[in-house]
Amino acid sequence: MALDTVDLAATTPEINQPWRELGLKEDEYQRIREILNRRPTSSELAMYSVMWSEHCSYKSSKVHLRQFGEKAPKSDALLVGIGENAGVVDVGQGYAVTFKVESHNHPSFIEPYQGAATGVGGIVRDILTMGARPVAILDPLRFGPADAADTKRVLPGVIAGIGGYGNCIGVPTVGGEVVFDKSYLGNPLVNALCVGVMKHEDIKLAKASGAGNLVVLFGAKTGGDGIGGVSVLASETFGEKKPTKRPAVQVGDPFTEKVLIECSLEIFKADLVVGIQDLGGAGLSCATSELASAGTGGMRIELDRVPLRDANLSPEEILMSESQERMCAIVPPSKIDEFLGICKKWDVVATVIGEVTSGKHLEITWHGQLIVDVPPRTVAHDGPVYNRPYKRPEYQGPLNAAGVEHLPRPQGEQELTDAILQIISSPNIADKSWITEQYDKYVQGNTVAAAPSDAAIIRIDEASFLGVAVATDCNGRFCKLDPYQGTQLALAEAFRNVAVTGAKPLAITNCLNFGSPEDPGVMWQFSESVRALADGALEMGLPVTGGNVSFYNQTGDVAIVPTPVIGILGVIDDVRKAISYKFNGEKELILLGETLEELSGGEWADIHGHLGGLPPRVNLQREMTLANFMYAQRDYIAAAHDLSDGGLAVALIEMLLQSKTGAKISIHGDPFMHLFSESTGRILIAVAPEDSNYLVGKATDVGITTTRLGKSGGENLEISGVLLLSMRHIKEAHQRTIPALFNA
Amino acid sequence: MRVGVVTFPGTLDDHDAARAVRYAGGEPVALWHGESDLKGVAGVILPGGFSYGDYLRCGAIARFSPIMSAIIPAAENGLPVLGICNGFQVLCESHLLPGALTRNVGLHFLCRDQEIEIVNVESSWTGDFTSGERIIIPLKNGEGSYQCDDKTLEELEENNQVIARYVGVNPNGSRNAIAGITNKRGNVVGIMPHPEHAIDSLTGASADGLAFFTSLVKARV
Amino acid sequence: MARVIVDVVLKDEILDPQGDAISRALPRMGFTFAPTSVRQGKSFIISLDRAPSAAELKEIENAASTLLSNPVIETFTIRVEN
Repeated sequence: MALDTVDLAATTPEINQPWRELGLKEDEYQRIREILNRRPTSSELAMYSVMWSEHCSYKSSKVHLRQFGEKAPKSDALLVGIGENAGVVDVGQGYAVTFKVESHNHPSFIEPYQGAATGVGGIVRDILTMGARPVAILDPLRFGPADAADTKRVLPGVIAGIGGYGNCIGVPTVGGEVVFDKSYLGNPLVNALCVGVMKHEDIKLAKASGAGNLVVLFGAKTGGDGIGGVSVLASETFGEKKPTKRPAVQVGDPFTEKVLIECSLEIFKADLVVGIQDLGGAGLSCATSELASAGTGGMRIELDRVPLRDANLSPEEILMSESQERMCAIVPPSKIDEFLGICKKWDVVATVIGEVTSGKHLEITWHGQLIVDVPPRTVAHDGPVYNRPYKRPEYQGPLNAAGVEHLPRPQGEQELTDAILQIISSPNIADKSWITEQYDKYVQGNTVAAAPSDAAIIRIDEASFLGVAVATDCNGRFCKLDPYQGTQLALAEAFRNVAVTGAKPLAITNCLNFGSPEDPGVMWQFSESVRALADGALEMGLPVTGGNVSFYNQTGDVAIVPTPVIGILGVIDDVRKAISYKFNGEKELILLGETLEELSGGEWADIHGHLGGLPPRVNLQREMTLANFMYAQRDYIAAAHDLSDGGLAVALIEMLLQSKTGAKISIHGDPFMHLFSESTGRILIAVAPEDSNYLVGKATDVGITTTRLGKSGGENLEISGVLLLSMRHIKEAHQRTIPALFNA
Repeated sequence: MRVGVVTFPGTLDDHDAARAVRYAGGEPVALWHGESDLKGVAGVILPGGFSYGDYLRCGAIARFSPIMSAIIPAAENGLPVLGICNGFQVLCESHLLPGALTRNVGLHFLCRDQEIEIVNVESSWTGDFTSGERIIIPLKNGEGSYQCDDKTLEELEENNQVIARYVGVNPNGSRNAIAGITNKRGNVVGIMPHPEHAIDSLTGASADGLAFFTSLVKARV
Repeated sequence: MARVIVDVVLKDEILDPQGDAISRALPRMGFTFAPTSVRQGKSFIISLDRAPSAAELKEIENAASTLLSNPVIETFTIRVEN
């Protein structure tokens, strides 16, 4: 077939083009023709098709995501906001921290190991491209029921992939979540968050400026991986009968990425680039159009200069390839020799493939012939914007009316004991060491706290002990019951998890995982969720610095429960003063916050197969008061743990197991309600007995309810007049579940 | 006292090893794999990581690098060398130490705080311990199972070349629960767990690992 | 055109946990043949313009015993395909 050049396209308008197979809709194809005033060449069609896909263009979500900008709170800490590869915040002492969470859901269903591995690789490069050294990874993961056959296929592969890639590139994996729910069967969620650190003056942006500056592609060679991954995989649901989508999955090489990280950081240190972008979804199409679009002029690329692993790739395939471990830099001619020299030292392939021009177009040639000539903004930023219809689903009313009140409750010692053992051994709550021990949490030597800590804590400065705390959270069942409340509950929980260490929350990132935007009910969930997050961010004074939207997480008609994962980054002035999640010696146990009867949507309800009613109430002001209290009193708090899934029973047991001790406590009122309710704004603290009066007084001063539960000690969990359970028995139940399910 | 820390492509724990040397009172000197100049250091550390991505076999390619062509004869002449994890693998591939490290018996990569017992305090890197001392340092690897033939195993035990053993459940299937060994002369030590991640209880499993580094730094001062 | 294939496998006395895992997985997947053991190895496929001379084969053997395999724990066999 003859090369489809711009000239040829201009003279053959009537040719049939495979826009539908490439994932475009008819009106989108017509719009491309209008923009170009002719039919697109096959290369241009390929570029538009990947860049206008849902995953890249955010066409269904843009109208809602605007609220993050419109309702943005004033924040002195924000250095780089939404729109760049990742957000950046000032943490003091001249340091800037960048962080972001992204999804790699569909590829992980198809090829769990590589899907998860390349998800990690991609987010790490996003952080690297901001000019930062990646210092931590967190993985919010969601799977179908723990005992489902497909979960046994997907979960071990995903964990091995995250470990295999993250460990090899030398970035510690220090936190995340593992959640099981039937709505994720067939649609596992693999989100990956990365944190990076740099000095303010090191921040790099993704724009191509300065006519004559060179465009350099460096990293791995380009092959046929993941061609059309974004458009084909992420923008469509899985149908029952469609053929397997195996060819589109990318394969990662963590060794190449590690070398790329060191090489890039050395290049940054020598100040050799004026702009840089990593190649992720949509590969070269994305990098060139985004760099050109954000820059001052145009760009000219000689596509045949791209180093290839497979000499048979066509120009369209090269433009769509999602081969991993590649970056694109804009380098002034005076610095190119030094740039190439550093790449040679690290054995990194680097090729000048083009230059920034003074024109306004992105032009790409293939062996001298022009095959792409487009205004870059139309590819990268001015994609279609949809205002998809949304409507509260009919089932929502009946769902909310069917609370958990009527479910028979455990009474008496035996039933309560059984309920505790059942919840502590349920897959969502059970010990996850089988998973977390597959991750290197020590590399780089700056990990102060890792899972099962509520937040991961990383030291940034060895001399001043400055550090950051990071956590991610989302309860999808709460979001199904009420997307607005549920999203603010996720925000509150992530915030509280960071505050519980004594850190000051600074900024928000988010990964919004939803079903098909073509379903008005799902679109309603999405619109409510974004509105809630924007409102909550404003109320809490925390900017949303960036994030990711993953749509089409559904099989047929059944969407996943709405899962807006919220990530919070906080700063700790002195990591030596961070509050631990475990204590030594005899302590008094005090519950901060009020417990109401709020069991709907919680873990106890879930174990009994019940989802209905309204989620717990959220009070963001109260969360902020709690956070301030934790910071102000951190010297007096020996250990702290936030309450969430499974309520007090679970939080207490988790703290006691980590502290290797029992406790004797009293509960006033209905023990079942107090043990399993999931009211928010609550933290369990362990305090030296001589400090407890002081702390209770201080809490009361700021309006925080306190409940003195009792004292730690002994080998049992004793709830006076209610039950007595040996900690050994509890530990065995807690630790048995996950290995039994997943150890091959 | 100047201690060299080697960086191969894919090495991960070089900065941590350098930090450990500093904490021990020494001066870390960065050594690049592509050069064969040892810069007059009094000891060398081969850190942990995934040199060359563990391609072919762990440490198999690093072993042929220019820096190793300088380290091997120097070690044979008595230069103290400490190989940690991947470094241990490189030392075995270079035949500076006998045996080999193979895939963990449990098949998974394993990162956990591991108790080990120091059983030889005569080597260049363990002089600061007392014999039989038990310490907790992180173990993190996928290929940490020490294997060798029966004859080699007998020799190691007879010559007191085992410097550390795992306490409790054998985490990876190493023969005789071997966590670390030394050569006959006692200057070359390979250890699977990571002492450089236990130099400070703030960020590590404990501060028990620091003694590996002070053993060398203090001994020569 | 010729290919020299170097097959590398762990020595019998060395524990092969990957081979064991495969051996356990086979009956679980419903296969009825019952292997007494499964060992996992590696194959290096070296392509040449023409069949190797005796001297070249000796060199390949040398490469096999120094780089492609670790003689402490592995053995290898070499075969030539035309």
